[in-house]
Amino acid sequence: MKRPGDFRIVNHSVPRADGVAKVTGRAMYTSDIELDGMTWAKVLRSPFAHARIVSIDTAAARQSPGVLDVITGTDLASLRPYYGHAVKDHPILAIDKVRFIGEPVAAVVAEDDLSAEEALQLIEVEYEELPSVMEVDASLAPEAPLIHDEAYTEGAFRGFKDGRQASGNVCQYVKVKWGDAAAAFASAAHVVENEFHFPMAYAYAMEAYVAIADYSKKGLTVYSSAQHPFMVRHDLADIFDLPLNAVRMIIPYVGGGYGSKSYTKIEPIAAVCSWRTGRPVKLRLSIDEAFLTTRGDDARVRIRTACDAEGKFLARQATIHLNTGAYAENSPLVCAKAANRIIGPYLIPNVDIDCYAVYTNTVPASSYRGFGSTQVTFPAESQNEELADLIGVDPFEFRMRNLAQRGEVIYPGLRPIDADVPGDLRQIESKFEEWGAVQEGRGRAVGCSASDAGSHPVTSAMIHVYSDGSVSVLSGATEIGQGSHTVLAQIAAEEMGVPMSKVRVVGGDTAITPFERSTGASRTTTLMGRAVLEACREAIAQLMSFAAEALGVAQSALIEECGGVRHGDTQWSWGEVIEKHFKHKDTSIIGRAYLRQTGDLKLMPPFWEIGVVGTEISVDQETGKIRLERLMTVGDVGLAINPAAAEGQDLGAATMGIGVGLFEELIYDGQQLTNGSLLEYRVPRFSDLAPDIHMTLAQNQDGSGPYGAKGGGEGSLNPIPACLANALYRATGARVRRLPLTPERVWRALQERPKV
Amino acid sequence: MTVEFQLNGEPVSVAIEPRHTLAEVLTRKLRLTGTKVSCEAEVCGACTVLVDGLPVSSCTYLAYEARGKNVVTIEGLEDKNGNLHPLQQSFIDEFAFQCGFCTSGMILSAKALLDENPNPTDAEIIDHLDGNICRCTGYLPILKAVRTAATAMENYS
Ligand code: FES
Ligand code: FES
Repeated sequence: MKRPGDFRIVNHSVPRADGVAKVTGRAMYTSDIELDGMTWAKVLRSPFAHARIVSIDTAAARQSPGVLDVITGTDLASLRPYYGHAVKDHPILAIDKVRFIGEPVAAVVAEDDLSAEEALQLIEVEYEELPSVMEVDASLAPEAPLIHDEAYTEGAFRGFKDGRQASGNVCQYVKVKWGDAAAAFASAAHVVENEFHFPMAYAYAMEAYVAIADYSKKGLTVYSSAQHPFMVRHDLADIFDLPLNAVRMIIPYVGGGYGSKSYTKIEPIAAVCSWRTGRPVKLRLSIDEAFLTTRGDDARVRIRTACDAEGKFLARQATIHLNTGAYAENSPLVCAKAANRIIGPYLIPNVDIDCYAVYTNTVPASSYRGFGSTQVTFPAESQNEELADLIGVDPFEFRMRNLAQRGEVIYPGLRPIDADVPGDLRQIESKFEEWGAVQEGRGRAVGCSASDAGSHPVTSAMIHVYSDGSVSVLSGATEIGQGSHTVLAQIAAEEMGVPMSKVRVVGGDTAITPFERSTGASRTTTLMGRAVLEACREAIAQLMSFAAEALGVAQSALIEECGGVRHGDTQWSWGEVIEKHFKHKDTSIIGRAYLRQTGDLKLMPPFWEIGVVGTEISVDQETGKIRLERLMTVGDVGLAINPAAAEGQDLGAATMGIGVGLFEELIYDGQQLTNGSLLEYRVPRFSDLAPDIHMTLAQNQDGSGPYGAKGGGEGSLNPIPACLANALYRATGARVRRLPLTPERVWRALQERPKV
Repeated sequence: MTVEFQLNGEPVSVAIEPRHTLAEVLTRKLRLTGTKVSCEAEVCGACTVLVDGLPVSSCTYLAYEARGKNVVTIEGLEDKNGNLHPLQQSFIDEFAFQCGFCTSGMILSAKALLDENPNPTDAEIIDHLDGNICRCTGYLPILKAVRTAATAMENYS
């Protein structure tokens, strides 16, 4: 395998392929696109958390100037009006009842957006309010009203079991168990047991959800800001009973995703609007509406951890409750991942985890960067730190005693750990030494996480190699800002021996690119990157045989050289080989690769995403305000295809961790979301930037991706909230088990802390 | 009604309604889509354009207010030969964007700062850009890009 230093283009911070488009404003996002004859849709939303729809009167709205149609759930009877890849519980527009404040009840299509907006007010809906459940405990109570009373239908992609056998409002239940935790707790030297709360968070992709649908006899074309176009294609094909080749998803530039744009969101509403009116329809939500569309799962975690007198883990037991909101969306998978990821990168011999995703009458929760890990790493790493103190060893030493070495199995049946986590931790430790003694009023902490990442390894890629030496990469992975189009081009340029300027990545169109399951779980570099590499190798194998044929020699007599082939004094570039093969100009050949769950990708996960971070905070004792002073991330990415882009992912992810650790939280007051707007929901700003930031990459080429690469982009988020809480404890002695660490919460904890 | 103003150095005349925001007129009527709209509440800065050299939130600034003024959008930053403005170049060089949705506003806000204060301290850059949210980058690359552009512009002039 090539090593760092051997590469021409890979492992170099080459400028992003989308640079000029994005700094000049020429990059077109779905929100910028307008089609000929396009109309606009607006959505009427439920004012009730839980209510039966008695009647909807759309007559006046239909008469309103410019209005083409008003659509409600009852108009969709000839379609399959429920969607969901995990559980088919989500109606395109409310049918019979509403399940959260903000749920789409009707859509107006009009010639322009203002006419559509004005007509919304003319729709009369009569509701009969039902008792609602806003929190997990209320939802699990025996007398709780059922949020979903119809049969549970599995979605296409996961085969989830009906969680409602456990209780009427349980969307999903997952158990993870090995060893004998009860016995281990009974004989343990040290046990800590607490309850932790992780907040409801909002991803705030700066471009709100937007879709333009165009339904005609030829099929359905949808422009969308979706991360997983092929998954959305599935839902749309199912809704309209169309063949896959009649549904075309086009994904232009996307203004941020972070998981919040994974799976189907507003595309079905736009599609039914176009289906009814026969016109292209644009549905562009406001950010305030995006707040009502999806969010991250908030969590309550009751957790016990035991270790022996030397500080070796004996057991962990936890009951995790995720508040999933009104619809399953991707929470069944978040539930499964939360249960797995509470282990961390450690060897724990006895484990017993129960995880419940629970329906409530709140905004549906779904994927959000970190995906279950952030929720559970906070309690897990908080307790690890508490145990270290009980044993009386330094937090690094405590972790070192328990970390899995490369090749050790932390989770029976899953891939052994493919990283040097102790080595990563040592990098933080030496940075702390370099930083010297901690100043008065400050606290420092380290944090680790391990996520079974990459999702299901089904990926395909195709490359065209042209007779002029240029190369096109056809990839179904979505460029959501993470830089994947640059990284994939680097891999193709490296393999085909051409400069970056000769490579073009064609993506974002399901009619053109082969299948890619999804763009999430940090998978693109690992899986799509590997598929692109294999497609290049497959193209080169063809080119070698073409060259042998053209030269009339055995293939074994040829030498593959960078960008072409040599035989004696004859030297041909790949382009020349192609032209000689076809005896024609402007010709091209196709290389392809399919990845499936076989071979070295048989063991799940495709890779472990490791998070290792260190933070130093200062705490204002008067106000309780925390400031991040120093941050270090170790991006354990196997090999960084583009180091600057990889570090950019780490800092971006860590900054989201700072947000949810220090101030981000959606707050419900009764049935009402009180801060569903950017005016009240505080995300990290420029002035929150830590004065001292270090980002390192661990490049041990130990991943299953190209050249030993592994994904990044979530790892540096997952341990940050825990790390901040532990740093607060180190600074002040106050242990806070509820995030975010707002000034008020910290101030109260400072008042309540035991006096020394 | 019709409003007339200078847009990226050229006079424009456009029919508007009094309620139209400058962002709507730029992106929908004039189809200059480089200006991005996110929060629509003067919080995020994505929609920042320059009016008479000062940064304004075009999501709430009425188009009517721009009459007779000099409006600069991201499309107006390259020079006549199509060369990138030093800030545009430094944003590429420093990886100061990912999704790019904040980038137009960020660059224009930074331009307003550098036009006024060619040699800002880090604290001044951070303070000036505190009204521009970026959800992707964690800000450090943007800080570096503004520093780099300041140096480049100093050497240039
Ligand atoms: S869109 Fe104008 S400030 Fe956010
Ligand atoms: S680059 Fe995505 S918001 Fe700044």
